Amino acid sequence: MKPAAFAYHTPSNIAEAVKILASGVDARVLSGGQSLMPMMNFRFVLPDALIDVNGIAEMSGIAVKGDRIEIGAATRQRELEFSDVIRTHIPLMREAIPNIGHRQTRNRGTIGGSHVHADPAAELPLCSVTLDAELTAQSVRGTRIIAMKDFALGYMMTALQPDEMLTKISLPIWPKGHGYGFTEFTRRRGDFAIVASSILVHMNGGKIGRVAIALGGMGQGPTRVRQAEALLTGKAPTNELIREAATIAGKTEATVDIHATNEYRQHLAKLLTAKTLLKAIARAEGKPDV
Amino acid sequence: MSETRQITVTVNGTAHTAEVEPRTTLADFLRHQLELTGTHLGCEHGVCGACTILFDGYSTRACLMLAVQTDGHAITTVEGLAGKDGTLAPIQAAFQKHHGLQCGFCTPGMLMTLTELLRDQPNATEEEVRDVLSGNLCRCTGYSGIVDAAMEVLAQQRGKGA
Repeated sequence: MKPAAFAYHTPSNIAEAVKILASGVDARVLSGGQSLMPMMNFRFVLPDALIDVNGIAEMSGIAVKGDRIEIGAATRQRELEFSDVIRTHIPLMREAIPNIGHRQTRNRGTIGGSHVHADPAAELPLCSVTLDAELTAQSVRGTRIIAMKDFALGYMMTALQPDEMLTKISLPIWPKGHGYGFTEFTRRRGDFAIVASSILVHMNGGKIGRVAIALGGMGQGPTRVRQAEALLTGKAPTNELIREAATIAGKTEATVDIHATNEYRQHLAKLLTAKTLLKAIARAEGKPDV
Repeated sequence: MSETRQITVTVNGTAHTAEVEPRTTLADFLRHQLELTGTHLGCEHGVCGACTILFDGYSTRACLMLAVQTDGHAITTVEGLAGKDGTLAPIQAAFQKHHGLQCGFCTPGMLMTLTELLRDQPNATEEEVRDVLSGNLCRCTGYSGIVDAAMEVLAQQRGKGA
């Protein structure tokens, strides 16, 4: 339960960091370390070099840029949890964050680390899928923007190339007064979600103008339930319609593992989607939380 | 042994300069090099919370940090809670009073987590206390004594402030 030896680098800017990544050495980027360090302690991961980005100031921070929020990849989950900008503009994320691990891990863990680790049940990538985030990857070859739907390729697998580093996450701001809901089911507080539901709703004249429905923990990565979104868009939210949308969500492909069967995951997906939709719609209609 | 790096870290108010291997975790550094064995190691992968310390004032898993990362920073361990004369900190005294510990293995981590809570959430409810304690596992007490101890110190603090 101790990491194997590695060369330790502390670059002071992104350019220095990606230069090390480009050198061909088997290197890992160390940010909050709340996923990488356990894997190194177990020796599941044995990098020749660690690139510690904690000293790179340009990789941390939360900024409003027009109609988007830009978050540096090394911004800590704690900072997001207590950020007025996040609470005001992305209340979905504010609601999701207390579900991530524990206070003691959120104090170190970062938003970028969570995306790059790509656990299918992770909360922040699920928010990014719901919001259609754009991710910035940098390398010595340049900078490219990756849409979140193209970023999470599968179980702990991302679209990042070996010489690339995630540096920024950009999230669009939904209209003021939009509804949101994030709920998940775990056996114990702070566990990885068996299934998580993340929903945004914007009402327009008593009808659902725009809706994003996403699920985490189901399979290879967080996914949108486009069919349910299409069903709801442009309609008044009746209980029957919500039930129908939840039934569609319950048919999302799910995996079997030691925590749950696929049928159980689908059952949870249906229940959580209904519950979260009701909450998001009520908020969009300006009703108090139930 | 791979190359070492020199670090200077303040632990419980005292600056220490030491040579560390990059792969040495903060927990092992505290226990083996500084001989501060109050920080316990249970799972060594961030789950049990026994190794919780304060890094620049914030509760952190010492098994998930490298000693080299603490260069220029301040650490508080359980050894830093009691007074120099051995007078227990209020939360330590309350643990004793409410039987907040049995075998004592998880206690250092519990105390560090609660030290942060007592400072940052002086109006914490029992639910909020239980929420932060979800990051520290105890297999003896059933948590009730620990929660009682935290609630009592929170009430004492508010009494003083009023």
